[in-house]
Amino acid sequence: MSLPSAFSLQDPDFIRACYLAAFPLFILGLRFLNHPRTARRGNAIAAVGMAIAVAATLLDREVGDYGLIALGIALGTVIGVPAARAVKMTAMPQMVALFNGVGGGAVALIAWAEFRHYGGDMPLDQMIPTLFAAIVGSVSFWGSNIAFGKLQELIPGRPIMLPAQQFVNIALLVGSVACAVAIAAGSDSEALFIAVLVLAALLGNMVVLPIGGADMPVVISMLNALTGLSAASAGIALDNVALIVAGIIVGASGSILTNLMAQAMNRSIANIVAGGFGGAPAGAAATAAASEGRTVRQTDPADAAIQLAYARRVVIAPGYGMAVAQAQHAVRELMDELDKRGVEVDFAIHPVAGRMPGHMNVLLAEADVPYDKLKEMDEINPEFPQVDVVLVLGANDVTNPAAREQPDSPIYGMPILDVDKAQQVIIVKRSLNPGFAGIDNPLFYKENCALLFGDAKEAVSQIVSELQAL
Amino acid sequence: MDLLTELTILVLAAFVGFEVISKVPNTLHTPLMSATNAIHGIVLLGGLLVIGRADGLLDNVILVIAIAFGTINIVGGFLVTDRMLEMFKRKPAKGEAAKSGERERAGVGV
Repeated sequence: MSLPSAFSLQDPDFIRACYLAAFPLFILGLRFLNHPRTARRGNAIAAVGMAIAVAATLLDREVGDYGLIALGIALGTVIGVPAARAVKMTAMPQMVALFNGVGGGAVALIAWAEFRHYGGDMPLDQMIPTLFAAIVGSVSFWGSNIAFGKLQELIPGRPIMLPAQQFVNIALLVGSVACAVAIAAGSDSEALFIAVLVLAALLGNMVVLPIGGADMPVVISMLNALTGLSAASAGIALDNVALIVAGIIVGASGSILTNLMAQAMNRSIANIVAGGFGGAPAGAAATAAASEGRTVRQTDPADAAIQLAYARRVVIAPGYGMAVAQAQHAVRELMDELDKRGVEVDFAIHPVAGRMPGHMNVLLAEADVPYDKLKEMDEINPEFPQVDVVLVLGANDVTNPAAREQPDSPIYGMPILDVDKAQQVIIVKRSLNPGFAGIDNPLFYKENCALLFGDAKEAVSQIVSELQAL
Repeated sequence: MDLLTELTILVLAAFVGFEVISKVPNTLHTPLMSATNAIHGIVLLGGLLVIGRADGLLDNVILVIAIAFGTINIVGGFLVTDRMLEMFKRKPAKGEAAKSGERERAGVGV
């Protein structure tokens, strides 16, 4: 690594030095994401690191035809920028899934092109990471697409189970790895390589399809980590240290995040990946509830407004329903209106409310709700008995007391917001349908609960105008 | 670079990843996932280099798509993260300018 006598921008050492400058920027960027105040700067710092790495690579002597590269980058920009600009805050989770998927797709395609170039002549220490990148990249691409389809409701969010699902998945994995081993053993066949990609693609589909929508955040996080690993693996194959470092940092961080999210739901990652969560037993429970003839108490905006106006302490528990209805601004108005009347208003945020951790925080921040109003589950749960009214806004599974009370419930053991312990609960909901996990919610039938049927935004706006008229 | 050096770098970088991430508050998990997602768009570099060895139409098509995918991953990822984080910026409302600093401090460790 001595300095070259005739220094040139195309010098491999110069390019590696640029990569070296990019790594601390990635790490610093992630470090800055620790705090809301510095997070945005952190993201910008990481983006600068990426720009340096890309610019340095363009100087490399081995880099491809600039015309084709410009075409690819232009295509990606034309698709990526408007998509990122137009996406609604509520649709962020599926957008992240989609962006993650294309990353995995890029890894798989690069691996394929490398194989086409070298064929069976690739040395083993390059072939193994190439094959690993192909399998994991393909799984991640297709898995992310299915996750996107489910969250976008193009595919039913409920678990889709096939007979002998586990057996089929194992067979697909074994088949894909077997083809990979045959190639590593010296086969030159491109058909075999394509078989690796296709079997892995099927595996990606089959693994994510049976997973219920409620578990999707964990799955997206896991696929994110996998894409990182596949990028690192491609880095070893291509002898490129930037790919190794950036890829593995994502792999490591994504694994931690996945684990944290699974812990928040009191489930193991293995249990989530096995799929089928919230399937048949839930349907049976719902039917049983209907046949028992349990009834729910209904309320209207005027009554709700009176209850809220004369409360001392109100807690709002938002969920995905608030997100789809874009109700966050109406909620902020409600908070202001109650503030004026001297009612103490807080928000109870379940770690996985909505479709991703922090989803509610982002939406409420968009509507200028101060952070200190947002209480995490562990902080707010002991306080519910002292709360006069809880307004549950389109949240279902995260408030379901079956998680505490019914050992046979699929969500038994999941930590929930104990809203049922408050004096009164008003639940704003579009219908009595079970939530995203497809599990009946005994909360609705409790004595201190009343349901206000309707779209979250309309219902909240109506409550606000009733409050103003009081 | 030999394989062992690469594996050394890989293991060390993995530990850096664990250390950096374990301190992020729950509130920022979605932007964090999105930011790390943008970082693995680094595979774009692979596309830029491998297209240098491409020969024939199919190779070029595969790699132009790979480059486009990588670009979408990077550009889209960072933009979306920025949009989310923009929401966390506290815009002081009327008469609240003095309080907003306090609120931001209160936000520490949320």
